[in-house]
Amino acid sequence: MITTSGLTKVYRSRGREVTALDGVDLHVREGEVYGVIGQSGAGKSSLIRCVNLLERPTSGTVTVAGQDLTALAGRGPRAGRELRQARSRIGMVFQHFNLLSSRTVQDNVELPLEILGTSGKERSRRALELLDLVGLADKAKAYPAQLSGGQKQRVGIARALAGDPKVLLSDEATSALDPETTRSILQLLRDLNRRLGLTVLLITHEMDVVKQICDSAALMERGRVVESGTVADLLATPGSELASALFPVGGEASGDDRTVLDVTFHGDSATQPVISQLSRTYNIDISILGAAIDTVGGLQVGRMRIELPGRYEDNVVPVGFLREQGLQIDVVNREEPALVKEGAK
Amino acid sequence: MTWSEMQPLLEQACVETLVMVGWSTLIAVAVGLPLGILLVLTDRNGLLQNTVVSKVLGQIVNVGRSMPFIILMVALTSFTRWVTGTSIGSEAAIVPLAISGIPFFARLVETAVREVDHGLVEAVQAMGGNTWTLVRKVLVPESLPSLIASTTTTVIALIGYSAMAGAVGGGGLGDFAVRYGYQRFDSELMWITVAILAVVISLIQFAGDLAARALHRRGARSGPGPKLLFLKAAEPAADVGKVA
Repeated sequence: MITTSGLTKVYRSRGREVTALDGVDLHVREGEVYGVIGQSGAGKSSLIRCVNLLERPTSGTVTVAGQDLTALAGRGPRAGRELRQARSRIGMVFQHFNLLSSRTVQDNVELPLEILGTSGKERSRRALELLDLVGLADKAKAYPAQLSGGQKQRVGIARALAGDPKVLLSDEATSALDPETTRSILQLLRDLNRRLGLTVLLITHEMDVVKQICDSAALMERGRVVESGTVADLLATPGSELASALFPVGGEASGDDRTVLDVTFHGDSATQPVISQLSRTYNIDISILGAAIDTVGGLQVGRMRIELPGRYEDNVVPVGFLREQGLQIDVVNREEPALVKEGAK
Repeated sequence: MTWSEMQPLLEQACVETLVMVGWSTLIAVAVGLPLGILLVLTDRNGLLQNTVVSKVLGQIVNVGRSMPFIILMVALTSFTRWVTGTSIGSEAAIVPLAISGIPFFARLVETAVREVDHGLVEAVQAMGGNTWTLVRKVLVPESLPSLIASTTTTVIALIGYSAMAGAVGGGGLGDFAVRYGYQRFDSELMWITVAILAVVISLIQFAGDLAARALHRRGARSGPGPKLLFLKAAEPAADVGKVA
């Protein structure tokens, strides 16, 4: 649904060049919620603005719903008619909501329809319908200043949906909200994604956002995508930074002569009593340093950090046993770093 | 001078001021508003970035702003005659008043429009809005309270300038105070006229503030207090929790 290839954005100011995007290839499939996560300055914001060409990429292409937007851009800083039409089919929500304070909630939602040239009657019908959809039907006549942050973002979402878009871009939509409100807004986005078949591309710096609603995710660092894939694939990738950030387990080794393993369970393996089997088969004492079970992107995932007596060399056979059970094993304190990322097949 | 002698003269002066300031404000707003918006649009990183136009307009405005009104009025004599057919009287005074009001108002408009949050511009661009839509639906409505305050300031500045309109026989309250009060040593009459001017200006300022505040406050301070809003915000979240 959204594809970027070789997307590069270089800002020039006073002779200095800053590369915000450095050859970003992103592929967002239709109907999925795709999260791009990274620290501030990683280039997330430039990326999402390049998708609807609010920022012109220096090079590379952006395709949304089969349409090459970079080809529509033309020259000069202003957007031509074709690009503007394409934009009207892409909804966008913002961190600071960006509602017009001079208009009522309903008039804010009607604004995109005014731009599309929809008739007055149809506009108000559609606006009220959308406000109902986001649960704010009673606030139609209120002004944005009378609403709470969460309500403002709901208005922002209703407005973004007014043009009946297939794609919704979310620029840190929950970053200005408290945790409780964040959850309800994410729930709403998830709901809309399912109900309307909306493809959502969101950027965030909060891992919880990815955890709660994303089907796929990408990690950005210094203008590059360093990891990407579906959440399930990422969790199954040994040594994945995103996976361990999505689902951290803590716990320190109790001594030098110990092997610490991170065991990740998903799917069927989660139901097998592997730890007690391991203990009985090899007659070793296993300590559990930390463990958690969570739902990540709709998948039940368990992670456990366990400690086996002896160095890794002494535990090659038990580790092999665990891998045979279909578990993903990451060795935490191995001395040879090159082998840490060796994974389960 | 007795009150009965003074009254018709004062009334006439009031009308003259009203005519001069009214028309010149109208023209200053009609020309200054687009000019001020254009200054913002053509500026660096503006929506219609154009260095040449921006520099030229900026310079014209600066020259207009720096010209002392009395000099401007004399310098414009032939232009005034070409426009109104005469170079004396209230009508003739309208031309230089309007000309000096335009750059004054344009700068105020520029400041007001620049204050509009860029995020709003971005949001409407993302909806597919063009520059004209942005001006009509974002820049002007969102800066309206400031624009009204700017208009008030312009009206008051023009009332001040109109006192000098006596130089071309424009009349008006300021000129009345100078001629009948100051030059004839009738200090009582002078102070009465000054008092009338003070009242007029206070009223205009009051009305302008009221209008600006009424627009600005749309929602902001009315409605339930922050605490109530917070509780309401928590409601949908709680519902979601139950469903999950």
